[in-house]
Amino acid sequence: MSENLQPGGPDGTQLAQPLYVPIKRRSFFMYAGATAGATALLLSSCDDDDDVTPPSLPVGNSVNADGSISLGSGDVGVLNYAYALEQLEADFYAKVAATSGILSGTELSYFQQVAAHEAIHRDFFKKAITGAASAQLLRNLTPKYPADTFTSRAKILETAKAFEDLGVAAYNGAGKLIQTPAYLVIAGQIVSVEARHAAYIRDLITPGSFAADDQVDAQGLDKAWTPTQVLTEAQKFITEKIDGSKVGAR
Amino acid sequence: MNFFEIIKQLAEVDSDVLGRLDSRRAVFSSLGTAAKRGAMAATPALLGAFFQKAYAGTSGTKVGTIAEIFKYALTLEQLEADFYKKMVDSSVFGSQSAAAQAAIRQIKKHEDAHVALLSAVLTGLGSPSTTTTTFKASAFPADWTGQLQVAQLLEDTGVRAYKGRAGDILAAGGAADANVTGVGTVNPLQAALQIHSVEARHAAHIRYMRSQTPWITGSGDLDGQEHYKGTTPESTTTQAGIDLLTVTSGKTYTTAEAAASFDEILTPAEVLDPVRAGALVG
Repeated sequence: MSENLQPGGPDGTQLAQPLYVPIKRRSFFMYAGATAGATALLLSSCDDDDDVTPPSLPVGNSVNADGSISLGSGDVGVLNYAYALEQLEADFYAKVAATSGILSGTELSYFQQVAAHEAIHRDFFKKAITGAASAQLLRNLTPKYPADTFTSRAKILETAKAFEDLGVAAYNGAGKLIQTPAYLVIAGQIVSVEARHAAYIRDLITPGSFAADDQVDAQGLDKAWTPTQVLTEAQKFITEKIDGSKVGAR
Repeated sequence: MNFFEIIKQLAEVDSDVLGRLDSRRAVFSSLGTAAKRGAMAATPALLGAFFQKAYAGTSGTKVGTIAEIFKYALTLEQLEADFYKKMVDSSVFGSQSAAAQAAIRQIKKHEDAHVALLSAVLTGLGSPSTTTTTFKASAFPADWTGQLQVAQLLEDTGVRAYKGRAGDILAAGGAADANVTGVGTVNPLQAALQIHSVEARHAAHIRYMRSQTPWITGSGDLDGQEHYKGTTPESTTTQAGIDLLTVTSGKTYTTAEAAASFDEILTPAEVLDPVRAGALVG
């Protein structure tokens, strides 16, 4: 299975194919920015304006008229989407792992392990996207946090819980947008680890809340969010404005 | 003893054997004679490879239908649901802490919900399940410690089992919404993923109850069990051809960190093998 994703591997050319499909002419939708409400408003009033000539910018890092960075479309859009979230998580846990005197010894040790997992996820995506569609690799993002984020155990745990539950909902919602089976399996291999992190952090905050009713519904289903839903939350922690409106689009 | 003869005989009793079959057990039961079973048993190594081929969970080639995949999922959920029923009914349950009892009841609630949902979807698809899988009574530990061990193995295996069919669901058209009679709109792939991450939360909590890391590092007290091995063992540190140990420039991760950062799949044949869930079905 795993060699299917290997850049230059026997199946590399075939599997990477969807990634080489050029992103279609940027639609007006992309210029409208990430805010769904604003997009709808502008679309409804500017039907004839979608022939505006886009500025010539690298795909994947293209800056829309409102200054937002597009994650791209199709599978590469999904990979960049995951890469963006993993960049955020990795940065957060690196900062947590560097704290002292806030978490207990065991907690800090566990958070350092989580930090390693997230850094591995981030750099895995960087390498995988570089191998499959280097021109479309998302740039390094600049995370930002409320000033008191790393000053107390409660704040650290609260932020960690938000990130992990968000990550699970993101991967669960992105699965159906993926076209290449190998990428779907990779996403599945990562999301269960994120769910393990989420369960652990929830148990630290409220023992026994690993899969509480606020997260798992009456059908026994975890959350699954669209990229737009997820990015609305994630955007609060990212300096650059991210446009995920084309993620997974064919 | 002749491997090709075995395949030929299998093909005679089931023309679909080279594609996909419902379960490994079905292969054995469909064999007509003890002689044939003997012939198969005589070539375990080749047979293992053959089954892995025939049942390759994420091969992306010939796969099952959504109904077949959901029946497989239902089998595992019924097994889990009955296991937790046995736990709650066990004579030792009442003497556990309130927190432990609540956790097991919460997990049981989810497994029961999974059984109900999968059953309803299968009925709505016109392919209702006619069997109820139970946890083998003789394999159920009398003591709490043993019960939690089995719970961990069941949950971690369940996580791997769902992951192992994700590619199949995609190939079967499960990424598209379906209007299922009596249930409503269902996206089979998304529903499977939503169950999958709940199983991972369960696994993490059971491991935590047992003073294990919530993730699989390879140094846990049960990590040597077959449930963590297989064609793609949980100890794997290379993903998609990328070495995770050295994926970050200027840094080398430990094997435990790299192995734990990605969970791994199990194929249906591996899950239903007697060394894993197969021996627990009663």
